[in-house]
Order: sequence, then structure tokens, then C-alpha cells
Amino acid sequence: MRSLIAAGIVLALTAPAPAQAPSEIAIGYLHRAEHKPALSLIEVPAANDGIAGAALAIDDDNTTGRFLNQHFTLATVELKAQDDPAAAAETLAQRGIALVIADLPADALLKLADAERARGLLIFNAGATDDRLREEDCRANVIHVAPTRSMLADGLAQYLVWKRWSRWLLVAGSHPDDKLFADALRRAAGRFGAKIVEERTFEDTGGARRTDSGIVQVQRQMPLFTQQAPAYDVLVAADESGVFAAYLPYRTWDARPVAGSAGLVPASWDPSHDQWGAVQMQNRFIKLFSRRMSALDMQAWTAGRMIGESASRTRAVEAKTMLDFLKGPDFALAAFKGQKLTLRDWNLQLRQPILLGDGRTVVSVSPQEGFQHQVSELDTLGVDRPETKCRLK
Amino acid sequence: MNDVRLLVLSLGAALAGGVSAAHAFTAYVSNEKGNTITVIDTDKFQPIRTIKVGQRPRGIELTKDGKFVLVAVGDDDTIQMIDTATGEIAGTLPSGADPEFFAQDPTGKILYVANENDNIVTIIDIDKRARLGDVQVGVEPEGIGISPDGKILVNTSETTNMAHFIDTATHQIVANVLVDARPRFAAFKRDGSELWVSSEVGGTVSVIDPVKHEVTGKITFAVPGMRAEAIQPVGIAIAKDGKTGFVALGPANRVAVVNGVTHQVEKYLLVGQRVWHMAFTPDEKYLLTTNGLTNDVSVIDVAAQKVIKTIQVGELPWGVAIADR
Repeated sequence: MRSLIAAGIVLALTAPAPAQAPSEIAIGYLHRAEHKPALSLIEVPAANDGIAGAALAIDDDNTTGRFLNQHFTLATVELKAQDDPAAAAETLAQRGIALVIADLPADALLKLADAERARGLLIFNAGATDDRLREEDCRANVIHVAPTRSMLADGLAQYLVWKRWSRWLLVAGSHPDDKLFADALRRAAGRFGAKIVEERTFEDTGGARRTDSGIVQVQRQMPLFTQQAPAYDVLVAADESGVFAAYLPYRTWDARPVAGSAGLVPASWDPSHDQWGAVQMQNRFIKLFSRRMSALDMQAWTAGRMIGESASRTRAVEAKTMLDFLKGPDFALAAFKGQKLTLRDWNLQLRQPILLGDGRTVVSVSPQEGFQHQVSELDTLGVDRPETKCRLK
Repeated sequence: MNDVRLLVLSLGAALAGGVSAAHAFTAYVSNEKGNTITVIDTDKFQPIRTIKVGQRPRGIELTKDGKFVLVAVGDDDTIQMIDTATGEIAGTLPSGADPEFFAQDPTGKILYVANENDNIVTIIDIDKRARLGDVQVGVEPEGIGISPDGKILVNTSETTNMAHFIDTATHQIVANVLVDARPRFAAFKRDGSELWVSSEVGGTVSVIDPVKHEVTGKITFAVPGMRAEAIQPVGIAIAKDGKTGFVALGPANRVAVVNGVTHQVEKYLLVGQRVWHMAFTPDEKYLLTTNGLTNDVSVIDVAAQKVIKTIQVGELPWGVAIADR
């Protein structure tokens, strides 16, 4: 409060004609060149998926920065599979960049965090949903903007339980990430009182995602794969690898809805989201990039805005000051989700509502009414403080 | 029973006012989803007419001469002018894209409109129905407030989180004051001594010294049994004497009664769900609130600090303006 008043005075004095050069806040964006394959053409990520979100945040930060004499820039580095993320960060560091938005897999992210810790690099994890990064593998220099698998699964589970679709047929893919999402869904079922009546694994036997006559086979395969299940209300799919889930809706043996990796999908953002002023954000985005905004774009935007927000509140450009502010009680971000987003100080995970989209509209937003929590209802999503394995170092 | 009570109230008001039909005012409520304006007779507190308008009507005000109701129809990118004599749409103002909120200068000649998509405030000559210019502000400009002397225009930008002070003579920004997240509404006290800015996501109202451009205090809210995230201040109405302010708390479904001197909340009044904006009747005996999710308007007896009636209106009521006749 006192710092705000002080900021007010400084602003009033400096606003009319900032003569001195603006403070520069340089942000790096690290991402992998290759994207995961997708079954549906409309789910193939754009080449600038995520980067576009960060670029819009920089735009927004600079609009604010004009009044505070702060200037933000974004430097993007694309990593090939064999490239060392630490080496890339080294290059960024030589350009004076101490803030990095990362869309990297868990192992690469940890490598980056550990290599750059001494230099004081602050990383905003915009892409990786792995719970372990916030638990046993948490790091004091990594802020997690992306929701975790457990937050996504809990957000979905609360809605399914509210809908009284509490008997689940769980179908998981055969890749490690699919299994991790299945773990999160299993945990969510246990927490919110759903019952998994049976689990099935869809083995990925390889092959192309796209063929000219594949649909004929799919129409036969999926009913067969889902037949003879015990009585269930909803099929919940864990297919982060994009191998089969998109083929489930309308093709199950029993007439049942699908949720998880297809059908009703939990995410941090939806291209159709228009509540709580989101339509303004969607308009800004589409004007710049001629496409709709994805969840990764939103996560990158949020990371960029967290940096902008720290810079305008603290008037500082140092990563350490920013981290202290973001962890503290004065940080609250407006991100078109109907309530403020704050940081879990025990593992640096951003608290956020989870949107449930059906591909055309947002069906609901979790946490659902009635799921209570003594600190924040957002903490009914994901691993809570009493259960955490994180010891920040 | 309500009718009997209202009759008594209206008699009381007529006697106290010394003029017959002292509070036979007309309220206009914009229904964001219904694309309509509900016209309410504040004598009977009953809807008397529904006027069809453009897409997504939100900000609403009467021209100072009382001849027109101005309503921002955001999805039609314009401000419509409703003739108060006929109830027909008589014209439009060149507001720029997606207007949501606007305010007039004290002379009633100039209109200032927040254009969220373009990060500008558009300045319009109401008589000529012409655009005079614009001012570049922060990201997603929203709230607009005018100082009582008309010299300073304040605009709040929702993503930049500032109140921008703009000199209405030069159209230059003279100061920027940081406030809490998603500032939505700006209201001056009638004597110009304080500016109140509500922060919807931050959950506070900043009290700003308009001369020094500093935040001198913060109004905070706590409703027992209500989670903090649900307390989202939006609309503000300050009584002419500056001694009492009312703050609409959005999904907390309450209006806070704030002591204008100490800035402490004295009472929370339960109204309909998702309360957005408010307007006093010109005699300040009543305050009307728009309750978005329950499609109704609550009538608050200002002196008694009590909700005395609920009026059904159109779908998703958002703004309200009350005419002197």
C-alpha cells in the first residue's frame, strides 16, 4: 500500500515528459521447434503457438510501459531436439536477458533451471503441465504459469461429479505422458467421489495420423474397442499424444459422452472463451495474428503480463525483485477468468480457474460451486499445500 | 403489501419534497443480453415500457437537457440516442469500435467514450454528432469520470491498471496513477476533493487525491462467509454531500454502504445477483441497482439504508440512468 502511494507520486511527477531513456526489460522465449502431432487438422498448433501470446503480452506491457518509461522486448529462441537448453540460455544471458518464458518438456526445463540458477535467471514455465515440476522436482527459480495435469483433471472431475456422471470408463494411451494424465484423472476420481469402473489402454502401434481412407477403419475400430464395458456414465480419455481420443466421440459402443483428451476438454483457455472481458483480449489477438488464441498462447501471455505487472508495481527490472513481488501478497493478475490469479508461494504455481470446452463453446468453468477451501477455492484444483512434496531451494 | 408501503413512502416523499409528484422520475435500464432498455416509473417502481435497441447495450446516460437517452451498443460499434419524448431511436453518435462506457462533460456538450479495442478514449461533440478526436490511453480503457469543474477527465484501463488523468482542454494525459487489478469505474465527489476508483479483480476501491494524483486510502470489503475472490467492486455512487458512498460488489450480490469521510464500510445490503451499476433518483431518496444474473433492479431507500423493492427487467441488466421527469 505504501509503495503504491509512492508509485503514485513518482508517476505524477514523471508522467508528462519522460526525458530519460526508458528502463529496458528484455524477455527471452525458449521453445522446441517440433510440435506434437494431432489427429484433427484444426488441432494442429500454429507455427507461432505460444510465441504469439507472449508477443501480445509484450504489446500490452509496452502500452502500460509508455506511462512508466519502461520498455519490453522479446527474443525468441527455437531449439531443435538435440539442442542444449542451457546453451541457449547462455546466449540469452550474454544479451542481458534474465527473464525467460519457456515452452519446454520437463527434463529440458529442469536442465535449464539448474544450469542458470547461479546467474539468477527467472523462468516462467508456460508449457509443461508435469506435476513433478511443482512437487519433488520443484525449483526456486521456476514459476509455473501452465496448469498442472492434476489441476486440469480436478477441474474436469468437479464438473463431472456435479453433473452426477460419477461412473467413469478410463481409457489411457500407452505413452508416458498419457499415463501421467491417467494418474491425475485417477487421483481426481478419488478426491471428488467418482468411480472408475474399468480401465483400458489404447496401444499406439505406430502409423500415420492422416490417411485418405482411415475414417472407414476408425468407424469400425472405436465401437469394438469400447464394447462390453461395465455400466458407466462417461468415458474419460487420457491421450496427450493425440493417438486415439479424438476418434471416440460419437463412436463409442454405448451412447456415452466423452471427456478428458476429447469431448469435454479441460484447459487454461479456450479459443471461444468470451466471458469476463475475454472478448477484448480475443479481439486484440485475432487482429494481430489472424487466428484464434490457444491455451499455450494464453499461458505465454499470462507469463508476459506477470513480468509486466511486476515491473509496473515494483518499478524494478531485476528478476529477484520480480520474484519476491510475485510470491508476495500484493500480486494479483486479471486474466479474464472471473477472478484474480495469484501464486502458490509453496511451489510457485499460478492459481487459476480451469475452462471446460467442447470445441465450440466453454461449457463450464471450475472450481465448481460447492467445492470449498479455507484459503482459496482455486486450491481445490491440483496438489494443495498440505500434500506438497515441494521444498523450494 | 409492498404497494401499501410504497404508497406511504411516496406520500412521504411528496410531502417532504413540497412539490407534487416529487419523485415521479423515469429510470432507464440497459439489458445487456436482451438488447433492450426497460423504462421504469419510479413513482410506482414498475416497468412501463421496453425499448428495443442495438446489440449489447451497456453504458447509459441522459443528455443534460433530458432530451435523449444515450446508450452504448457495443456489438454495433455505436452509441444510440433515444428520444425521451417518443421512446424512439433518433440517431447515433460516432463512438468508435465496441463502446462500453462513456461520460459527458458538465455542460453536456462533449461526450467521452472508452474504446476498449483500440486503447483510446474518443471525444465526441454531442450536438454535431461528430468525432472531435481521441486520446491514447492504457490497455482496455473502461471507466470514465469527469471532475465536477469539467477540467479533468479520468479514464481507467483494465489491463494497464491505471487511472489516467486527462486535461480536457489540451487532451493530454497529465498523470497516471496505479491502482489494483482491473479498474472499472471512476467517480468524483461532488466537491472534487476525492476520486474513487473500483478495482474489480483487486477487490478494492482506491481513494485518490485528484490534485496530488496520489492514492490516499483504500476501501476494502469483507463479507462474512463470502470468499474474497467473489467480492468484485464495480459501480460506485457517491451522495451529493460526499458523506456516503455506495459500491456495487458484483458476484458478492451486495452493495456496500461506505462512510465518505472515514472510508469504512458501514453496512452491506443484499441485492440481486451480480450487481453491476447504480443510479440515484435526482432527489437522492432512492438508489437503483442493476442485478445482472437475476434480471432485476433493486431499489434501495437511501436514508433507511434498506432494499425496499425488486423490479423485474430484461435479460442481464447492466446500466441505469434516471431522468428528472
